[in-house]
Amino acid sequence: MSAVRNREHGLELLRHMLRIRRFEERAAELYQLGKIHGFLHLYIGEEAVAAGSIPSFTNEDAIVATYREHGHALVRGTSMNQLMAELYGKAAGCARGRGGSMHFFDASRRFYGGLAIVAGGLPVAVGLALADKMHGRKRVTGCYFGDGAVAEGEFHESLNLAALWKLPVLFLCENNLYAMGTALARHQSQPDIAAKAKAYAMGADTVDGMDVLAVETATGRAVELVRNGNGPYFLEYRTYRFRAHSMYDAELYRTKDEVNEWKRRDPIATFEQTLRQARLLRDEDFQQIEAAIATEIEEAVAFAEAAPWEPIEDLNKDVCTDVRRTT
Amino acid sequence: MTKITYREAVRAGLREALQRDLRVFLMGEDVGQYGGTYACSKGLLEEFGPERIRDTPLSESTFVGAGIGAALGGMRPIVEVMTVNFSLLALDQILNNAATLRHMSGGQFNVPLVVRMATGAGRQVAAQHSHSLEGWYAHIPGITVLTPATVTDARGMLLAALQEPDPVFIFEHAYLYSMEGELEENRPVVDISRAAVRRPGKDVSLITFGGSLWKALAAATQLAQEGIEAEVLDLRVLRPLDIGTILTSVRKTHRAVVIDEAWRTGSFAAEVAAQIMEGAFYDLDAPVARVCSEEVPIPYPKHLEEAALPQPDKIVKAVRTLLG
Amino acid sequence: MAEFLMPTLGADMTDGTLVQWKKKEGDRIAKGESIAEVDTEKAVIDVESHTTGIIERLITRPGDKIPVGTVMAIIREEGRPTARVASSRSVTAPPAPPPPAQRTESGAAAPSQAGRLRMSPAARKLAAERGIDASTLQGTGPEGAITLEDIERATTTPADIAKPVGAADRQARMRQTIAAAMARSKRDIPHYYLSTTIDMDRAITWLKDTNERRPVTERLLYSVLLIKAVALALRRVPELNALWKDGEAGRSERIHIGTAISLRQGGLVAPALHDADRLSLSELMQNFQDLVKRARAGSLRSSELSDPTITVTSLGEQGVETVFGVIYPPQVALVGFGKVVERPWVADGLVVPRPVLMASLSADHRVTDGHRGGLFLAEIDRLLQEPQSL
Repeated sequence: MSAVRNREHGLELLRHMLRIRRFEERAAELYQLGKIHGFLHLYIGEEAVAAGSIPSFTNEDAIVATYREHGHALVRGTSMNQLMAELYGKAAGCARGRGGSMHFFDASRRFYGGLAIVAGGLPVAVGLALADKMHGRKRVTGCYFGDGAVAEGEFHESLNLAALWKLPVLFLCENNLYAMGTALARHQSQPDIAAKAKAYAMGADTVDGMDVLAVETATGRAVELVRNGNGPYFLEYRTYRFRAHSMYDAELYRTKDEVNEWKRRDPIATFEQTLRQARLLRDEDFQQIEAAIATEIEEAVAFAEAAPWEPIEDLNKDVCTDVRRTT
Repeated sequence: MTKITYREAVRAGLREALQRDLRVFLMGEDVGQYGGTYACSKGLLEEFGPERIRDTPLSESTFVGAGIGAALGGMRPIVEVMTVNFSLLALDQILNNAATLRHMSGGQFNVPLVVRMATGAGRQVAAQHSHSLEGWYAHIPGITVLTPATVTDARGMLLAALQEPDPVFIFEHAYLYSMEGELEENRPVVDISRAAVRRPGKDVSLITFGGSLWKALAAATQLAQEGIEAEVLDLRVLRPLDIGTILTSVRKTHRAVVIDEAWRTGSFAAEVAAQIMEGAFYDLDAPVARVCSEEVPIPYPKHLEEAALPQPDKIVKAVRTLLG
Repeated sequence: MAEFLMPTLGADMTDGTLVQWKKKEGDRIAKGESIAEVDTEKAVIDVESHTTGIIERLITRPGDKIPVGTVMAIIREEGRPTARVASSRSVTAPPAPPPPAQRTESGAAAPSQAGRLRMSPAARKLAAERGIDASTLQGTGPEGAITLEDIERATTTPADIAKPVGAADRQARMRQTIAAAMARSKRDIPHYYLSTTIDMDRAITWLKDTNERRPVTERLLYSVLLIKAVALALRRVPELNALWKDGEAGRSERIHIGTAISLRQGGLVAPALHDADRLSLSELMQNFQDLVKRARAGSLRSSELSDPTITVTSLGEQGVETVFGVIYPPQVALVGFGKVVERPWVADGLVVPRPVLMASLSADHRVTDGHRGGLFLAEIDRLLQEPQSL
């Protein structure tokens, strides 16, 4: 049974989740103001997964994420200033503003994106793990993807290859029940995703993705199993996205009742209750956390507003590495 | 100078690469125990072991993607995709990841990956195994596309590619593997930025690459008997294209025929022709001509396959038309 | 029956060379349709037919040098009996074909169907550099195209190749034609000259405002303002809009402004902007651009070259401040404009910098005097102070 270790631990998890939610709420507002453009896939509702799992990885480990990766980058430690500037498309962003919402990158934190083709990150994660294994480094690569990726060939190829070669990769499936608008049962003959992983001869667990403590416990255990050379492992987090797939959709594919039912399991509210019941959270703690986050967000917005655009002359920079070829 | 087959030259390049740098490893379908579909990696498993000579499942997208990941993780992977026909299964990884990562991440991530594959038709293996798609790949910014046509390039280009910080794709024409040639041993690493004049001439430029080089050279020999001196250019590198060498030749000869085994429409030959038009229009004494494949799936019977592909006599005919 | 005669395509034209027929015998031709291309030594001009009917007979042949007024073709007019001989003009020159000495025998050098010569870019470039008229050469390249080698051959052995209308020749002859016309003008016309400085501040400001509201492709040049001002001023002083014929000036009802256009290969033409006083500035601009384009492409219409009633020449682009031009006979006046320059100007008792323009009039003293001329320049000045009314 997962439990809060102490007050600091509890406040830290709560803080991670609140940071993601407030950041994204502000991002949605800025989108409506026309400050942020393109796609903006919000993670609201799924915060417990990133908040509970990312801290299980060390700085040496690698993270490969998807286009719904704001939360992962925030918990991984990329500054909110850089992330907000990236949403703005400014040169101070974590990818020089070139990627936007779907393409957060941070080499200093081994954060490899921000890869926006569904299942396209799995082979890359397998390769990162292969490099670690060949180098004899005891690193783990954490590879996040959604339930939609399960239908892609790359999912099956990657699980097979990772298990075949016993590579140190942890597959982290954030099952929010919908591949964009297609419910899991409508695209999978076998909706038990963990069962698919087991078919590739690797360990797999299904975790309550709305419970940050359950996520933390399961992920911590899985990371250590992988790190100790047992080959890949698979976690399926059952979670739910409260907002539309991207900024807006008509939500014809699910009912309001269903959404409201899941909102009653809001990972932040339920964890706040847990902390209060354990007398680990006082009103002033909560206010302090919220206030600190609000300040951080306002600073990030100000930073992004003031940040310069990448000059057009740099458009072609870094298509290839600028090297002088010797002949 | 040593006489050596193209296949042996590729193998020599692989061996040297594996010997020089412990980060280098080879992975692909049947590269190990089978010795490589075209026997390019024969004996390497025994010499370098299964850690560095890795047989993969038939999962093109994933082992190319794993090559990208391994390159990001500090290795120098050489991925062999058996043929260009199967590389289509890996196109997502190539275009969406390998080619974009550096730019999209604002310059944070390099992908020093080398992918080799066999390309081309001419062996009666019918429509699904006879594609020439290197021109498609040359469309993609962020990667280098090489087409070794000689044994020296077959060995040397691989070694040069491994020095590159960004993805390099090497297209080996399947028809050439058994071809013998003189290996220039004093050139362990060759330049991969320049086109090469394989035969000088003054009347017309025959511009080509890969397997078609030998057809162009045969055509030039035949033209010489008619008193027409054709200059034969081997592009060698399709991206970034060495347009300077092309223009220099065309400015001299005032006529150009581009020979490309791909289908004519949207072919790399079309790109070359367009760049000649842009760069040497006023030096042209005739329209730029193209000898490409017929726009059909390549058929199995020999006579039909030959009719579909560029051939020396088609090149000769194109030149005669240009000369009026 | 109607006769198609070698037209007068310029006041100084005495004869023209038929380049090619645009129709063959038996073809139907409509009034206004092009019937032939004629080389006037200034330009190759598409000549239109003034008759609708069926071409009965083509009398003259390409390459023929034909005096003005010579019958070149017979057209059977539509809806009229075949028997009727309709020509009211007296034909002085005999309708027999002139000696074939100047004819090009080579049929292979005929321009391609599109009217453009089949010639490689490299050959075109070299021909231009060496001043060779390639239209007379026989191509040896693909599909008979003229190649570099053909040009080389033409340059090394010019004697072997007939060059009746070679570009270099044409240029030299154009010079000669201009020389003859100008000499005649200076010999026959007692010129007088007037000039005035015009404040262009309002015109330029107005033009800038107008152009800001127009799409780039529809922006006006200030030379169009000048042409329009000249055209309107001519309504007030109509005696300057006249042609000198048989010892007296005949006023023109319509105002066709000959606009001097220098050609890139050298030489000068002054085709007419028809009815310049009746066109809006936009229409005038459009027609002017079209005229420049066609003048440089050598595809002016015959009427444009033959019927200007006055000439305007602007040398501002060449940096010239004042132009005193030579009248183009049989016209009786020429207006010259220099460049717009900033000068100290007294306005409301203050010295201020203003953009000013020197306008000049060269006029025939047999027709007008300085008083009328001065009035004319003053009217141009007045009109340019009210640019919105142009």
